[in-house]
Amino acid sequence: MGKQIVIDPVTRIEGHSKITIFLDDKGEVQDAQFHVTQFRGFEKFAEGRPFTEMPALTARTCGICPVSHLMASSKACDALMAVQIPRTATHLRRIMNLAQTVQSHALSFFHLSSPDLLLGMDSDPAKRNIFGVLEQQPQMARDGVALRKFGQQIIEMLGGKRIHPAWVVAGGVAEPLTAEKREKIVAMIPDAMAIIQRTLDWYKGAFEQFRTEIRTFGNFPSMFMGLVTPHEEDEHNALLEHYDGVLRFVDASGNVVLDNVDPARYLDHIAEAVEPFSYLKSPYFKPLGYPNGIYRVGPLARLNIIDRPGTPKADAEWTEFRALRRGVLLSSFHQHYARLVEILYGIEKIEQLLNEPDILSKHVRAFAKPNKHEGVGVSEAPRGTLMHHYKIDDNGLITWVNMIIATGHNNLAMNRGVAQVAKHYVKGSKLKEGALNRVEALIRCFDPCLSCSTHALGQMPMRIELLGPGGELLDHVQRG
Amino acid sequence: MNPSAQKVPSVKTLQINGKDVSAREDQTLLDVARENGVFIPTLCNLDGLTPIGACRLCLVEVKGARRLLPACITQIQDNMEVFTETETLVKYRKMILELLFAERNHVCSVCVSNGHCELQAMAQKLGLDHIRYPYLYPKLAVDASHDRFAVDHNRCILCQRCVRVCDEIEGAHTWDVQGRGTASLVITDLNQPWGTSESCTSCGKCVQVCPTGTLFEKGRASGEMTKREFLPYLTLMREERV
Repeated sequence: MGKQIVIDPVTRIEGHSKITIFLDDKGEVQDAQFHVTQFRGFEKFAEGRPFTEMPALTARTCGICPVSHLMASSKACDALMAVQIPRTATHLRRIMNLAQTVQSHALSFFHLSSPDLLLGMDSDPAKRNIFGVLEQQPQMARDGVALRKFGQQIIEMLGGKRIHPAWVVAGGVAEPLTAEKREKIVAMIPDAMAIIQRTLDWYKGAFEQFRTEIRTFGNFPSMFMGLVTPHEEDEHNALLEHYDGVLRFVDASGNVVLDNVDPARYLDHIAEAVEPFSYLKSPYFKPLGYPNGIYRVGPLARLNIIDRPGTPKADAEWTEFRALRRGVLLSSFHQHYARLVEILYGIEKIEQLLNEPDILSKHVRAFAKPNKHEGVGVSEAPRGTLMHHYKIDDNGLITWVNMIIATGHNNLAMNRGVAQVAKHYVKGSKLKEGALNRVEALIRCFDPCLSCSTHALGQMPMRIELLGPGGELLDHVQRG
Repeated sequence: MNPSAQKVPSVKTLQINGKDVSAREDQTLLDVARENGVFIPTLCNLDGLTPIGACRLCLVEVKGARRLLPACITQIQDNMEVFTETETLVKYRKMILELLFAERNHVCSVCVSNGHCELQAMAQKLGLDHIRYPYLYPKLAVDASHDRFAVDHNRCILCQRCVRVCDEIEGAHTWDVQGRGTASLVITDLNQPWGTSESCTSCGKCVQVCPTGTLFEKGRASGEMTKREFLPYLTLMREERV
């Protein structure tokens, strides 16, 4: 057994985790593991609760993406009731889901990752944060805050509050949209559009300097999975989807492996493995087995699996994005770029939906008792495909829950990515700040949501331990 | 009013927080305090139902009395000196609320009554910011066997409003209480699933008077269980009919 380097906690991500880097006897990086150190237990304590409580209950999984859980959960509840929710309710849920995607992507790109991109991976960690960005590029920091506000305000206007809105319910939504609120949202769109186009222009000029990172940040062949809107006649015209649709699996060369998979039948194709080093399960693509069935979800995956996004401006940006590489884009570094394209798409799509003729309809909720004992709800969270699967008894009380979170799908990929970055940047027993930041930055590419809580700002409270073959502490760096 | 009632109740005078007040002799301390704009917190009390002094939130200090008295069931007396905001009372009220929260599993954020809950509102009003007692975390099942309603004992504070409204107003007496102390539980009929109760008329009065999210209409999502104040109207109409 060689040495170990432990990064604990990983900073500027959502939640708690640590990274262990294993060195062999020669001091070369042998492997690396990404550990999620928090335990939640939602699947267990939801048992016995009325199914109508599930959207509100599971939204508490996360303070960053409660809306995503509301979507998947309410869809699973719709399935239990066996109802088709009103068209307007679907539109309204979609708008909120896209607003969530915009605000979450803005948080990931501007608040968490832009310090690395703008100030440099090797820059002073004391300044490598959103305040450092504010000093150097105040416009960009302001843009980030404004874009996040755009998303959050839409969520608040629709749902009554920004975090954990109780508005998304089994059967639809609780309140219709008012003409006044619609006008307000429409009025916010031009500013948001200007910000994202400005940011895209900057990013397209800047990301070339990260050529080495692009080559080494989770750049490996894997499958990609996500929801797509299927075209009724043309199977080669599937659009970007965040709320409904069918599952599509694409291989590392861009070939569609599986298409039109009913999300309710996800278990036919995905299984979950449990590793002792992490509380996060590792889903894998069944036909390839564990751990070969590695696949990625999220912004990059979504843009890799579709035939086009489906809105004019996003279509143009997407074409440019995909032209970076023949086939599909394999480097997880491109998640940043993908997030920006998705923000653009989100803003365009929100505008489209607000112009739907029946968007102000008062009929926004279907009422029914539970009519099925089992229901699955699948939607696209900012970080990827989110699955809620419930079983209930005759009285509508939950008897079994399975939730596969986007970050879970990416677990295998993150582990492989961490090892790849560590192998490239961590040399011997000397621990360089820039190298360790790159290991963390790889994780940030995936924007993992290890649930609610912390995204530490300011000085990195990082602990690194170098352990000898017998487990003795050889070197130790502590900050924060 | 009943025209046959001949006896005119006499008037008594007393002091509440140093202020002279007068009231009919058949009134309780709580009635008189409210008539005079003096706040006394209550949870189990509900106009139209017989007061039982179950929640103890309405305890007041009466000069000369050896113990604290529940205002809802204490008849007034001449020259009583009552205090409603002493240090002891403020402390005890918070303590009582803390014990209520610690006894069951009150999770406001996902509760059907979030934002419309009398326990939650009272905690906010009395400035409750901590629970100092260890939570008991009892394992209590939800009974959703009734066609329209469900009972979640995790949120029950044993105020017995459901028991009283079912007995006194509806006349069915489906609800009752079993057990003692923290093991107490509201039950339907002979402790059987609500859906199998023969006596329940499914009138829903118990659901409407429940101060928390214990009794609720099925299908309601978080924060959607609002209550109607039907009881004062109902009792008034019945009094007039006698």
